[in-house]
Amino acid sequence: MANITEKINKLFPGIPVEGENIPVLTVAEEKWHETALRLRDSEDLKMDYLVTIVGMDWKESLGCIYYLMSSAFNQVIGVKVIARGDREKPLIQSVADVWKVATLYEREVYDFFGIIFLDNPDMRRLFLNIDWVGYPLRKDYDENPEINPVSIENERQSDFTDVYSEDAAGNLVKKEVRVFEKEDFVVNIGPQHPATHGVLRFRTAVDGETVKKIDVYMGYIHRGVEKLCENLTYPQTLHFMDRLDYFSAHNYHHALCILIEKAAGIEISRRAQVIRVMMDELSRIASHCLFIGTYCMDLGATTMLFYTLRVREQILDIMEKTCGARMTFNYDCIGGVMADLDKDFVADVKALLEVIPKNIKEYNEIFTGNVIARNRLEGVGVLSREDAIAYAITGPSGRASGWACDMRKLQPYSIYSELDFEEVIAHEGDSMARFKCRLEEIEQSARILEQLVDNIPEGEYCVKVPKVLKLPAGSWFQLTEGCRGAFGLYLESDGSTKPYRLKIAPPCLPAAAVVDHLTRGEKIADLITIGGSLDYIVPDIDR
Amino acid sequence: MEVTTKSMPYDAWKDNEYIEGLVKQLQESGTNVIVGSLDKLINWGRSNSIWPLTFATSCCGIEFVSLGAARFDMARFGWEVARSSPRQADFMMVAGTIVNRMVPVFRRLYDQLAEPKYVIACGSCAISGGPFRKSYHVAKGIEDIVPVDVFVPGCPPRPEAMIYGIMQLSRKIKVERFFGGVNRQEKQAEFLAAHPVQGVED
Ligand code: SF4
Repeated sequence: MANITEKINKLFPGIPVEGENIPVLTVAEEKWHETALRLRDSEDLKMDYLVTIVGMDWKESLGCIYYLMSSAFNQVIGVKVIARGDREKPLIQSVADVWKVATLYEREVYDFFGIIFLDNPDMRRLFLNIDWVGYPLRKDYDENPEINPVSIENERQSDFTDVYSEDAAGNLVKKEVRVFEKEDFVVNIGPQHPATHGVLRFRTAVDGETVKKIDVYMGYIHRGVEKLCENLTYPQTLHFMDRLDYFSAHNYHHALCILIEKAAGIEISRRAQVIRVMMDELSRIASHCLFIGTYCMDLGATTMLFYTLRVREQILDIMEKTCGARMTFNYDCIGGVMADLDKDFVADVKALLEVIPKNIKEYNEIFTGNVIARNRLEGVGVLSREDAIAYAITGPSGRASGWACDMRKLQPYSIYSELDFEEVIAHEGDSMARFKCRLEEIEQSARILEQLVDNIPEGEYCVKVPKVLKLPAGSWFQLTEGCRGAFGLYLESDGSTKPYRLKIAPPCLPAAAVVDHLTRGEKIADLITIGGSLDYIVPDIDR
Repeated sequence: MEVTTKSMPYDAWKDNEYIEGLVKQLQESGTNVIVGSLDKLINWGRSNSIWPLTFATSCCGIEFVSLGAARFDMARFGWEVARSSPRQADFMMVAGTIVNRMVPVFRRLYDQLAEPKYVIACGSCAISGGPFRKSYHVAKGIEDIVPVDVFVPGCPPRPEAMIYGIMQLSRKIKVERFFGGVNRQEKQAEFLAAHPVQGVED
C-alpha cells in the first residue's frame, strides 16, 4: 500500500493522493491524457486494465473517477478528474486511445451525465434513445414521466455518430461521422433473437458471409438501477444486485454487503462468511452449468441443456431449502445472512459433490470431444492476452486468454485467501478455451465446497447491526469475482442513510464491446459461437 | 358448463367465476349447434397445442428455460414448441422487465404474432414494473401496451406458477368462439384501436 503511494509520488510529484485502501489521485483535466499514458506505460505501475469509469455529479462540479488496475502488480488506484466547462457542456479529454474499453465506458458516462469526451470516436448515447431529454444520473434530473414518456412509436435512429474536438481557438467542434460505410450492407440481429442471449442488438455490416463491423445496441433492458439506489436506504439497495446478473445473485449480493460492512465497520462472524462463500461457489457451478447448456443449445446440441440443468436444479433445491427461493434469493444481508442453514444443507452439498465429477465426465464425452463441436469452437474468435486486458475482459473469458484475473486470488476478500483452489488458465484464447475454462472452474468450485462443507463453524449467522444504518461520509471501492468476471462496486456516501452514488461496474459490459473486435473478418455463423462463448448476461450489461 | 383442462379437477382451479362469466356470455349470445361443435373441436385443438414465443428480457426468462427442461417439462402439455419467430407462435410469455426502449419492439412482436394471439404477463415486472416501478426507464406494466390474458405474479414466478398460468390460458381458449363474435378478440380490436401505432419512419 505505502509502496504504491510512494511509486505514485515519485512519478507524479505534487499530485495529491488520498484514500486508505485504494489511493485516489486528483489530476487536472488538462494533464489527464498525458498522465493516463504515463500510468499505463511506466515500468513501476503498468496500469493497463481500466476497471471502470465512475461518472460523478458533485453538484458544484461534474467529473469522473477512473479505477485502474495493473495486471502485473495487482494494484488498484483511482484517478479523479473534474470536468472543465459549465454544466451545459462539461468536457474531459478522452482516453479511448489509451485503454480500448474506454470508448464504451465514456459513452456510458456521456449518456448518464452528459460529460463530453473530446476525441472519443463514438460519442452517442448508449442506453437511452437519441431523443432522450436530460441526463438521468445528474442530481438535478427531472424524472417527470411526461418529459420522457413511454412510447410505442419506433425510436428515431441515426446512421451517424458524433465526434467532438477542440480547434486551435478552443472552440468545441462537432463532427458527424458515419457508423458504417455508405455502401455497407447492414443486417440487423436482435433484440429478439434466440442467440443474443437476451435483448441485445447487433447491427452487422456484412460482406457476403463475412462480418465487416458490428455496432452493438444496448439499453433494451436498461432499468436504471443506479438511480433507483440513490433513493433507497442501504439495506433496500441490496435486492437489486440479485437482478443484474441473476446467476451471480449471491456473488453480487455478497459484494455489496462487503462494501457496506467495510464502510460501516461491521465485523461479521466466521460462520456467515463460510456460508456466503459456499453460496457463491454453488452459484458459480449453477451458472457455468447453465452456460454450458445454453451454449451447446446455440450450437445445435439441444440435449446438453437437459443434462446440465439437471445439476442446476439440484443446486437450486439446496438454495431453496435455505433461502426460500429458486432465484433472486436476497439471502446475504448486512451483518451476515438472513437465515440459518437448512438442516439438510451439509448432506445435500455432499450429494451434489458426488455427482459433479460424473456429470463433467459426461459433458466431456458428449460435447467437448465431439468433432463438430471442435470444428466450430477451436480457433474461432481468438482473443489475445493484450486485447483481453485492453478490453477489460475478465472472468473465465479473460483467463482463457492467459490473463490471471481472478479477483478471488488478486484481491482476496472474505475467506478466499485461506482456501486452496487453482485459478483455471488457458492460453489459446479461442471459444473452445473459454468453454473449457468454465468447465474446469466447476471442478475448482467443487473443491472449495469440499474444503468447507465439513468445516462450517458454529456461531451466529448474523451480527447485530443498527436498525437505521448511516455510513460516514466517504467513498469506497470493492472488486469481487462474479460468475462472469470482475464485479466492481463504487459507493459514495454523504453521511445519510442513502447512498449518494452507487456505481455498478459489471463484467459483461466490456464483453459486449469486444464482440465487434472478435468477429471482424469471421463468418456470420461464428457470431453465435463467439457471442455465446463470452457468456454475457444482458441485464448485467444494461443494469 | 365446467371448463377444465389436463384432468385438473374443476374445484382445484381459482378464478372460476371469471371463466363462468365468459361461458355465460357465450351462452347468452346463442349459437347454432353445428357451429358450436365446430368451435369446440377447434378450441380443443388449439388449447392443447399453444406454442410460445421465446421472449425473455431478464430474470423471469430463466425460469421459463427451467420450465422447458426435463424437471418441469412443458412438453407434457403441448407447449414445448417454443418458436423464435413471432409469426409461428400463438402466445407470448412476457417474462421480464419491459423498458422504454423495448416497448416499440415488444409492440411490434405482438403485432407480428399469428392470430389468434394471447399474452401472459409473467412476473411482477411485466405486471406493474415490479421492483423497478419507480425507475425513469421502465414501463409500468404491459397492460398499457398490449391486451393481456393472464397475469402470473411472482418475482420470478415459480415454474409451477407458470404452468398454472398457461393452463388458465388454455381454459380461456376453450370458451372462445371462433365463428361469429369472439369474446376476447373483440376486446382486442377495441384495444388496438385505442392504442394505434403511427406510420413508422426509418
Ligand atoms: S419480476 Fe422479478 S424476476 Fe421477473 S424480471 Fe422482474 S425483477 Fe426479474
